[in-house]
Amino acid sequence: MSELERHAYDVLVIGAGGAGLRAAIEAREHGMRTAVLCKSLFGKAHTVMAEGGIAAAMGNVNSHDSWQVHFRDTMRGGKFLNNWRMAELHAKEAPDRVWELETYGALFDRTADGRISQRNFGGHEYPRLAHVGDRTGLELIRSLQQKIVSLQQEDQRELGDYEARLKVFAECTVTELLQDEDGRIAGAFGYWRESGRFVSFEAPAVVLATGGIGKSFKVTSNSWEYTGDGHALALRAGAALVNMEFVQFHPTGMVWPPSVKGILVTESVRGDGGVLRNSENKRFMFDYIPEVFKDKYADNETEADKWYTDADNNRRPPELLPRDEVARAINSEVKAGRGSPHGGVFLDVSSRLPAEEIIRRLPSMHHQFKELADVDITAQPMEVGPTCHYVMGGVEVEPDTAASRVPGLFAAGEVSGGMHGSNRLGGNSLSDLLVFGRRAGAGASAYVQGLTERPAAAPETLARAERSALAPFDGEGGANPYGLHMELQQVMNDLVGIIRKSGEMAQALEKLEALKAKAAEVTVEGHRQFNPGWHLALDLRNMLLVSECVAKAALLRTESRGGHTRDDFPGMDAEWRRKLLVCTASGDGVEASAEVVEKPQVPMRPDLLDLFEYSELEKYLTGQELTGQSGASRGEGS
Amino acid sequence: MGYQAHFRVWRGDGEGGDLRDFTVEVNEGEVVLDVIHRLQATQASDLAVRWNCKAGKCGSCSAEINGRPRLLCMTRMSVFSESETVTVTPMRTFPVIRDLVTDVSFNYTKAREIPSFKPPADLAPGEYRMQQVDVERSQEFRKCIECFLCQDTCHVVRDHEENKESFAGPRFLMRIAELEMHPLDDADRVREAQSEHGLGFCNITKCCTEVCPEHIKITDNALIPMKERVADRRYDPLVWLGNKIGRRKA
Repeated sequence: MSELERHAYDVLVIGAGGAGLRAAIEAREHGMRTAVLCKSLFGKAHTVMAEGGIAAAMGNVNSHDSWQVHFRDTMRGGKFLNNWRMAELHAKEAPDRVWELETYGALFDRTADGRISQRNFGGHEYPRLAHVGDRTGLELIRSLQQKIVSLQQEDQRELGDYEARLKVFAECTVTELLQDEDGRIAGAFGYWRESGRFVSFEAPAVVLATGGIGKSFKVTSNSWEYTGDGHALALRAGAALVNMEFVQFHPTGMVWPPSVKGILVTESVRGDGGVLRNSENKRFMFDYIPEVFKDKYADNETEADKWYTDADNNRRPPELLPRDEVARAINSEVKAGRGSPHGGVFLDVSSRLPAEEIIRRLPSMHHQFKELADVDITAQPMEVGPTCHYVMGGVEVEPDTAASRVPGLFAAGEVSGGMHGSNRLGGNSLSDLLVFGRRAGAGASAYVQGLTERPAAAPETLARAERSALAPFDGEGGANPYGLHMELQQVMNDLVGIIRKSGEMAQALEKLEALKAKAAEVTVEGHRQFNPGWHLALDLRNMLLVSECVAKAALLRTESRGGHTRDDFPGMDAEWRRKLLVCTASGDGVEASAEVVEKPQVPMRPDLLDLFEYSELEKYLTGQELTGQSGASRGEGS
Repeated sequence: MGYQAHFRVWRGDGEGGDLRDFTVEVNEGEVVLDVIHRLQATQASDLAVRWNCKAGKCGSCSAEINGRPRLLCMTRMSVFSESETVTVTPMRTFPVIRDLVTDVSFNYTKAREIPSFKPPADLAPGEYRMQQVDVERSQEFRKCIECFLCQDTCHVVRDHEENKESFAGPRFLMRIAELEMHPLDDADRVREAQSEHGLGFCNITKCCTEVCPEHIKITDNALIPMKERVADRRYDPLVWLGNKIGRRKA
């Protein structure tokens, strides 16, 4: 191997969205020499797409809010499958993470008394989402980006070098994690997108913050970066993924024109009063309130509409049910022939708020529909339908430290699993990024400080990584990566999509095997300098491995829960709530294949269980679990 | 519905390149970025282009379409007639890396030269109180998606490499204005805007405002107010006297 570019850091963060940047800030503040790798340019990560807000129980708008209420909402949203410790840490720490952003320079919308304003969102009992119009993700990433710049300015003043302790590398894709003989993390290997040259980073701790997997699906709100890189890197390094069968289809994506199909329409439209109607002009969500939520959601329009002004004495409108419920309802309406002209349903805010108020509260939505669909949302309804938005599943981590099974490997944000159970509530992602980004940065720092020697990767590992990355340039006449990608997206969309059946998933697994064989022979044209065909060929390996995890886990889970709906097993099964599906991989590169096994869920700590009424727990827990429940809780619920 | 469009796309690298002609299918509702992607998938798999969100929110796909700085993802094909040739070239102000991808590191260098938000020393996190009307001025500037089209179009640097050293460009002069107007920022930024970051170069031709895909009124709301604050400091005799006798910070 000739002159491979090499760098050495204490903590290497892969991914530069909210979780990655927050992790990097934390590691740097713990005194670690830290590097962040962005797959795109600095500040362009998918976090910018988040619209509605950051969920944090600050109680600025409704003082009844508290971490306990936020915890309960999160567990309900995830249908009690969540890792309860993560949900607890998240609910407790989210307010501090939001306030901290203000010290970085973030400017949230305000309440009349000058505090951070909070808006309503699906599944949240009180107005809880700190926001900036409908561009909260941009505010979050810019604030973190600017905090990093301010730390670099400190280093410049102190040490004469902006990058002495914290460096951001843009447009760098990691293809392999490096490990020593004992399997401990030793760094990462990747390429510069710009030049196609290879680079190796030596680092005893790696934080994965690579986001999700949406690009494996045809209709998605996710950008090209979302190819499951971190999920696949973790698997190939020996870590495990949990909950991969749970994929969130956001109920409201654009459906027309075709080129923007899937682009997100924020849930804030509904939080601020928008309603869903079918082609018969009916507010159909009243027909889809599931049993477990009957006491929390209004069953008539009058009560639902009153809730916006008097939330304490009315139940919430069913448009604000958790996302999985709304997505399934839209899907059913369209299937029943009551859809809109382009195969969605109508989302209307124009008849609910004055035009100037819509423009003030939802400026990006107004802009997006006007520019891309010729629709004026202050005068007309939008057409919307489900779009693949988020994967609940991800790297299995220790809640407190974000450590995976592999020594030195940490994960935070969408690439980690457990926090959201079977379904994530809107607004809980941005807070997740900050809470667990910080914890991962701290966890990685503590790990590095505890090491007596830095693990070293065997040199042949680097040579192998290089050969594997160059394989698509070998040979001729193999499959075109763009074509393969489209086939994969079609398979996942049609056969492992929003409604799943055993036979279809088995068929999907066969097709995935065939696609893997073709991917092994994929060939690309041109040279290595900024070659998107080559980049896609390498990303495809990750998408295929992760898709296999999704399909295999989905086939095994014979119940419907949150972001996993089985046509052949429509009910929720309390026995399944006690089980997690854990994916691991064997083999390497495009030959890697996934295995899924069951693992018992750790029972919830009694004091957390006591936060719920017995009558609610009955809906989720098995009889055996309930028998162990304390008398006090039982009394409270009756 | 669909038709065959004539595209001319610049292909090359730092060494040089030229416009290449393509005939490519266009369907209803598509934007220029869709057509560039179709070229990648069917005719030029190694055509380099940056993009991420495809919804005008990340500011990655900046380029020039028929000579005008635009986001590829927000330029609908319906604004062109079917017979019109659509010419796509990289941003001219920044060095080309390959095809439509340019080296925008100038902007990241400038970003680092602007002193950061200085949090109020006497307030703990959670104690910040600001009125909506007071944050709105800076919020407008924080809508910026950093597409750098304003930097690309600004004549101070567009054909004047020599000015890049001493001129932050509209995006980062606006960043100074944003911090200056932040209700709780503790730093004084007026003098440096002029002396260090080149505010004086701007002669308010509003080209930056015209190309801003977020419709931020960069000139009217950020640059002109900053210029006024500079003028107040420099030419107000009382301020001048205050500075001389050292009783005012400016």
